[in-house]
Amino acid sequence: MAAKPRIATVSLAGCFGCHMSLLDLDERILKLAELVEFDRSPINDYKDFRARCAVGVVEGGCCTEENVHVLERFRKQCDLLVSIGECAISGGIPAMRNNIPLRECLEEAYLKSPGVYNPGGVIPNDPEIPLLLHRLYPCHEVVKIDLFIPGCPPPADAIWDALVSLLAGRPAAPAYDRLKYD
Amino acid sequence: MKRALAKITGEICKKFGNDPTRMMDIAMAVQERFGCVSPEAMDEIARAVNSHRVEVESLVTFYGFLSVKPQGKVVIRLCRDIIDWMKGYESVADAMSRELGVSMGETTPDGAITLTHAPCIGMSDQAPAALVNEVVVTHLTPERGRQLVRDLRRHLDPQQLVTMVGDGNNDHPLVRSMVRNNIRMRGPVHFADFEPGSGLRRALTLKPMDVIREIKESRLRGRGGAGFPAGLKWEMAANAPGGKRYVICNADEGEPGTFKDRVLLTECTGQLLEGMAIAGYAVGSDTGIIYLRGEYRYLLPYLESVIEERLRRGFLGRDILGKKGFRFDVRVQMGAGAYICGEETALISSCEGLPGVPKNRPPFPPQQGYLGCPTIVNNVETLCCVSRILLEGAAWFASMGSPRTTGTKVLSICGDCRKPGVYEVPFGISARELIEMSEAENTGTMLIGGPCRQMIGSERFGGRICYDDLATGGAILIFNRARNKLEIAEHYLDFFIEESCGHCTPCRVGLILLKKAVHKVIEGAGEPSDLAEMRDLSNFIIRMSRCGLGQAAPNPVLGALEIFGDLSAGFVAERKPGLLPEFDLSKAVIDAEMRVGRQSKIV
Amino acid sequence: MKTVTFTIDGKIVRADKGQTILKAAEAAGIYIPRLCACKDLVPHGSCRVCSVRVNGRIQASCVQTAAEGAIVESETDELREYRRNIIDMLFVEGNHFCMFCEKSGFCELQALAYRFGITAPKYRLLYPKRDIDLSHPEVYLDHNRCILCGRCVRASQDLDRKNVFQFVERGCRKRLQVNGEALSDTDLRAADQAVSACPVGALMRKRVGYAVPVGRRPYDEVPIGRDIEKKGEE
Ligand SMILES: Cc1cc2nc3c(=O)[nH]c(=O)nc-3n(C[C@H](O)[C@H](O)[C@H](O)COP(=O)(O)O)c2cc1C
Ligand code: SF4
Ligand code: SF4
Ligand code: SF4
Ligand code: FES
Repeated sequence: MAAKPRIATVSLAGCFGCHMSLLDLDERILKLAELVEFDRSPINDYKDFRARCAVGVVEGGCCTEENVHVLERFRKQCDLLVSIGECAISGGIPAMRNNIPLRECLEEAYLKSPGVYNPGGVIPNDPEIPLLLHRLYPCHEVVKIDLFIPGCPPPADAIWDALVSLLAGRPAAPAYDRLKYD
Repeated sequence: MKRALAKITGEICKKFGNDPTRMMDIAMAVQERFGCVSPEAMDEIARAVNSHRVEVESLVTFYGFLSVKPQGKVVIRLCRDIIDWMKGYESVADAMSRELGVSMGETTPDGAITLTHAPCIGMSDQAPAALVNEVVVTHLTPERGRQLVRDLRRHLDPQQLVTMVGDGNNDHPLVRSMVRNNIRMRGPVHFADFEPGSGLRRALTLKPMDVIREIKESRLRGRGGAGFPAGLKWEMAANAPGGKRYVICNADEGEPGTFKDRVLLTECTGQLLEGMAIAGYAVGSDTGIIYLRGEYRYLLPYLESVIEERLRRGFLGRDILGKKGFRFDVRVQMGAGAYICGEETALISSCEGLPGVPKNRPPFPPQQGYLGCPTIVNNVETLCCVSRILLEGAAWFASMGSPRTTGTKVLSICGDCRKPGVYEVPFGISARELIEMSEAENTGTMLIGGPCRQMIGSERFGGRICYDDLATGGAILIFNRARNKLEIAEHYLDFFIEESCGHCTPCRVGLILLKKAVHKVIEGAGEPSDLAEMRDLSNFIIRMSRCGLGQAAPNPVLGALEIFGDLSAGFVAERKPGLLPEFDLSKAVIDAEMRVGRQSKIV
Repeated sequence: MKTVTFTIDGKIVRADKGQTILKAAEAAGIYIPRLCACKDLVPHGSCRVCSVRVNGRIQASCVQTAAEGAIVESETDELREYRRNIIDMLFVEGNHFCMFCEKSGFCELQALAYRFGITAPKYRLLYPKRDIDLSHPEVYLDHNRCILCGRCVRASQDLDRKNVFQFVERGCRKRLQVNGEALSDTDLRAADQAVSACPVGALMRKRVGYAVPVGRRPYDEVPIGRDIEKKGEE
């Protein structure tokens, strides 16, 4: 038997909702596990790649320098890269800050918004915290992306259809009722 | 203060009969009086003309020369066309902005002087140039710019900046402008002597129908760019059902690099008005309108004086030249800084007191134009030709030029050449001959007809100026080999983005996306697929846009791509997998680095 | 009344003289996508989604009248791509976050994107900075989602006999403006035709959103335009 294609997944500036939808495949997740070998992914908690992958699935856009770094690594380690969900594709909720200067965003989050208790007026700046980009970038504005599965999150069926057709080497357009932006 | 504003605004509206179709004039008069059309003034206007505040706001915010926010007593508009860039716009702008202590688009704290820029103001043969209120200053240098600011600070009177007047009628007491005509070649149609009334007299011996036939036989095609047969247009209007008819002269001349109508308006004013009256007689119209671009406001008093004089001499008004029942009057409608108003249906909208948004067609203006009446819109030069054709005959006119494009063409040549200016040449002349005539050297690229037409490289310099080959409304821009064609294209995309009316999606959004694509290649981040994308996007915009602006705006890009061969190597390349070349991480984190005072670890 | 006969993609279509190609097509059961055109409103000719080739020339079918013998092409690869480009452009021009838009599932822009099978923006997102007008007690205006179709402008003028909206500025700065400083200055009512005319989630009634569950909204299962096409199949 030929080695199973390897698949990696990651959540960048997303809410893990797309990963939840992936788990929502229910019993088909077992079938998927028969078809593919999971490499780096929050599902198995592998923190880095063990081998080159056939498919990389990316949830969320790039909000920080670390997101960019990870996405670049995915691009280099995977033959095909899939943007999954609105955040990866068009920025989603995290992109609502895109026309607000970074400074205002930080002040709003850490100093001004209702409920904030921050007597020292400190905006966190630990060297371990990755720097924020001036705006959120959808994944395809940072690296080349091969396939998009929209939705917030995409219906499990849409993910299933897309992955199966991709693994079969014939990426197909989504069925009408599985194409959703919400 | 508020009461005074209401009172004066009310009086201005009354002067124009509280007529909402005269909203342009009303808004301009209010702006002139108060330096802006404030929300309060908009409320007053809306009340007086029985319209709505948002309609007034729609008009005021559309035009470059109108403003809701207060502007300085004196507004300096530096011309920022590409020709001005080539002749030193940047250093002049910098000098003036330093001297004033404000940046572009700002007003001095005392509210005296505003410094801003304008698209081509029709002075490309004497660039860099600027409008100071309506006064034109030309051949600017950083030093002259600084001096100009110092002088203005002293007297705040733009007219006093004119110390030397130009040639021809530019020194007429009602013009007194430093603008020069720079007529380098005088042809038989426009620059030969013309006895006032002579063409009109001949026309009135004919039946209106026969005047149209004469124009058809001359095979005169519109000089504004599109080249539509003038006789045919007139016939359509003459035959269209309806009572009142209008003749409109398109003196909006906004195409960057075009300034020939300015010279015709200055030197052939009588011949133009005569052509309008002949057109009126032919199509059965008693009213003419000259739509004069706001940039040429300095010519208004002179134009009006020529109209007056012709009224006195019986060339306009009632019973013209004794012809019982033939009446023709002309008024001037000022524009207010919008290139799109050169498009004939946008021009009509503007004359109707609306934003300069083109109209849906059909109906076409000869069927239903100004205020719903049959209307012909003709270019200044077309109407000047008409007078000469009636005087000399159709056969005489048709004997000049190339077989399918008869007569002569007035060209405005500018750019990298030693003799920029106005040339009246027979149609059929080659681009190469123009290069020689204007003493251009090392020519790499020409924009024939301005950015809305075509960009050509040396392999097409043998092409001929006529409607079957190199069509032009009059602009000839010459660029030497050192100029970057893609940068020229990008510059004009900025122009079209600024001047689009914004009505339709392909033009409003498509041009911005096209500009981003071009910029990406200029920045060196392009891939071969980007060139194909630029071409696709250009074709999409050209085919899907509603009016001639969008349908023409990508032309410089397509031209640059066609003659791109020599440049492409340096600009586009296949990329290795990884970050996209247009994604610049160091730029994306610079804000954060400044906020937190540490460097990115991965840039 | 005189009629004219012409063809759309080879199919013979009859139209009343003076009728637009879009309306004649619709009566014949042929759906031509559209956004700024709306029943009972004078055509606007601005979105250009309804473009067809008429005797070889691209024209907006909502303004172009049907002419005797005209050959109209609508469902060609070229026009499909161009229409799709427009939808893509309208998405990137504004800020469309469908996941929390109350219009989602009812929105004509979104529905067209579904019909065209768009999975990702073709162009760079522009993320413009735009305002939301919440001043009115019954209605809000979210400029982030306005596609400048002018349906509210015309409905307010011609159907409601008010003049609540108009466009201001030009080019890429063009935007919808209300007759006053804010929506609450105007005589707009929630029941006005202007509000229901908006094809997207820009002009919305307050406090009535999310009433229909996902799966049962108009465009969840059935593509926009199917109702018209069904008539043609009968
Ligand atoms: C964007 C645009 C700008 C135009 N500007 C002018 C102009 O400044 N002057 C002009 O005469 N025609 C201009 N035209 C052409 C006019 O629409 C119209 O064709 C012309 O005035 C007709 O006159 P003619 O037949 O005598 O040329 C422009 C067209 C477009 C699409
Ligand atoms: S093509 Fe441009 S200028 Fe013409 S109507 Fe469309 S948006 Fe306006
Ligand atoms: S208006 Fe339509 S396309 Fe825009 S966010 Fe709302 S549902 Fe989505
Ligand atoms: S608010 Fe709605 S109806 Fe009005 S122009 Fe915007 S999108 Fe069109
Ligand atoms: S529907 Fe025809 S242009 Fe919008």
